Amino acid sequence: MKTLSLNESLNKLLARMNNDPNVLGMLFMLPASVMLLVFLTYPLGLGFWLGLTDTKIGREGVFVGLDNYESLFGDSVFWLSVFNTVFYTAVASVSKFGLGLWLALLLNQNIVFKSFIRAVLLLPWIVPTTLSAIAFWWIFDSQFSIISWVLTEWGLISKNINFLGEPWAARWSVIVANVWRGIPFVAISLLAGLQTISPSLYEAATIDGASRWQLFRHVTYPLLTPIVAIVMTFSVLFTFTDFQLIYVITRGGPFNATHLMATLSFQRAIPGGHLAEGAAIAMAMIPFLVAAILISFWGLQKRQWQQGAKD
Amino acid sequence: MVDKRRRSVVQTLGAGASLSVAGSLFFVGKAQAQVSFKPEKGAKLRVLRWKRFVQGDEDVWLANTKKFTDLTGIEVRTDNEGWEDVRPKAAVAANVGQGPDVIVGWLDDPHLYPEKLLDLTDLAEYLGKKYGGWYPAAKTYGTTAKGRWIGLPLGASGALLNYRVSWMKEAGFDKFPTNFDDYLKLCQGLQRINHPAGFALSHATGDSETWMHNILWGFGGKLVDQDNKVAINSPETIRAIEYMQQLSKTFIEGTGAWSGVSNNNAFLEGKIGLTSNGISVYYAAKTSTDPAKRAVAEDMDHAPMPIGPIGKPTELHLLSQAMVFKYSKYPNAAKEYLRFMWEREQYEPWQAASMGYVSHPLRAYESSKFWDQDPKFAPFRKVVDRMQPHGFAGGLGYASAACLADWIVVDMFASACAGNTSPKQAAELAEKRAKRYYS
Repeated sequence: MKTLSLNESLNKLLARMNNDPNVLGMLFMLPASVMLLVFLTYPLGLGFWLGLTDTKIGREGVFVGLDNYESLFGDSVFWLSVFNTVFYTAVASVSKFGLGLWLALLLNQNIVFKSFIRAVLLLPWIVPTTLSAIAFWWIFDSQFSIISWVLTEWGLISKNINFLGEPWAARWSVIVANVWRGIPFVAISLLAGLQTISPSLYEAATIDGASRWQLFRHVTYPLLTPIVAIVMTFSVLFTFTDFQLIYVITRGGPFNATHLMATLSFQRAIPGGHLAEGAAIAMAMIPFLVAAILISFWGLQKRQWQQGAKD
Repeated sequence: MVDKRRRSVVQTLGAGASLSVAGSLFFVGKAQAQVSFKPEKGAKLRVLRWKRFVQGDEDVWLANTKKFTDLTGIEVRTDNEGWEDVRPKAAVAANVGQGPDVIVGWLDDPHLYPEKLLDLTDLAEYLGKKYGGWYPAAKTYGTTAKGRWIGLPLGASGALLNYRVSWMKEAGFDKFPTNFDDYLKLCQGLQRINHPAGFALSHATGDSETWMHNILWGFGGKLVDQDNKVAINSPETIRAIEYMQQLSKTFIEGTGAWSGVSNNNAFLEGKIGLTSNGISVYYAAKTSTDPAKRAVAEDMDHAPMPIGPIGKPTELHLLSQAMVFKYSKYPNAAKEYLRFMWEREQYEPWQAASMGYVSHPLRAYESSKFWDQDPKFAPFRKVVDRMQPHGFAGGLGYASAACLADWIVVDMFASACAGNTSPKQAAELAEKRAKRYYS
């Protein structure tokens, strides 16, 4: 009797849970939550904890509070890497946006071989980063650069360009490589956004006598803004955390002029053996990344507002 | 975890007092002190080593490994990784407590996690006794401060001077200079005849650190003193930087951007007349099917690094050493594998096949016939004898590894050579950076 009663209550409970959207919702979210916890929260938490210890490779650390951050605060190479990262991200992201938007607008026109050109455009994005980095490394080589060779053949320069040997030349060179690689992502995403804009809006504006610039300014731009916010957030995140291009092309040289926070973090943590310091540098990237994400939220809110939601 | 029962001893005979520590050894040889470690039943080994720089190295290494498998029945899986990737992999293995049984790593890797590594004292002492002893630098790299062997030095990839003989003569020298003054004059001469020298002033792992330490130490400069106190900001260092500034003016343009292969390419293509590298340039030129490259091999030769005002060799080379991790289930099999590979019967053919890319750590191998095959090999014969560990004049460990990885000495020279800092400022900055690790 007692067992039957228990079974009955259990069945009732299950039936109630089945009909309760809150419980079901929780259950459906559980797998995703577990994955987020294991693959995102745990590594992030571990990184944060490591940054507060003096852990080294092969040796457990002890809690040292903010010692690593204090030490980094007085480290000129760290501050140089912060500057490099912000500069690299700002210039590369703005360039990628400008060129990507321009390409997207061009590809949104009716041109011959449209599909083929769109497919070709994706190539830099499809090629593995390390391979494109090696290609750029050859393009910028101090002895065998194709650019230097062509310019020499044309009689425009008498000696090879030192692309990667001078701090500023090296910074601009790696930015060019990053922009080349990142344009397709921006261009294709914005193109997708452009194609969601109803042609009737353009027709209406054209009938009202709008110029091409006015079409862009008052139709395309406002409707594209939410997509731009999302695309640029991702673009900024990818650029800010770039590692492979720098690691392959310059290793952070010359004299740390192209070291990004990600490459410095790796250098200190793995080849240098100071895991905790590397983790602290990685953690120091978070405020910048959070700022980028907030921009995205701002873009999304704007979209809701455009659609009639209250601010 | 190590199964201690499996490491039970079959006591060695006749090998004398040197093997008294070798609890896990047993005798299999004859007149020579040939020993063997009793491999665990069903042992299988995973070995991680750096990817070959010269093909002959890998071919004979794998052939020797196969010979070991045929003799012992122990299956050995050999994985190769790019040489710079071995350190992170070894670090992860040490941290998580699983991975390859044997890792052939670089420089001070064992000193980063000594307590995770199997004690190789018995094996190292056996090899040392049998083969004329370890060179001092090899011993420093292989042992802890208390003398426990935690790594088994395989040898060093010698970073020596590669030069074009005809251009050296054209620059006014019949023999390669051995002191810093003449060395500078040679570089100036090479620049004059438009076949300049080229040395990496960049983050070119394995290239920049080696030749730069030759200059730093040659003037008596050092990152730290014997007590591991930072000593880089010294008059000797300033003199070394000033000398380096003069030297770098003679280099081909763009060495501040060089990667690890730039000097090889530039030398093989005839863009430069002098650089610092292992024997791999000569190997590539000599074994090439391209007549132009074979002509480079004909015209090139090697020389030890020049000797500075302090009057003794001050060379830094990339020493490689094998580590056995305590987590290995087959520690005796691992030791037996290493013993087998380090014995003359295997080591000599391997070294010969790689044209001495790795110079031996044991004195007896100086007499290997291979060294007499080609006079151009000669400068590599005593590479390990002439070298100083990179932690000089202090010890090896986290601080020495971190300072080398953080390019402190390289950046010091490179920034002063590029005119970004004065010699004094460069030394001060290096001191500040080094103090973050040596505190």
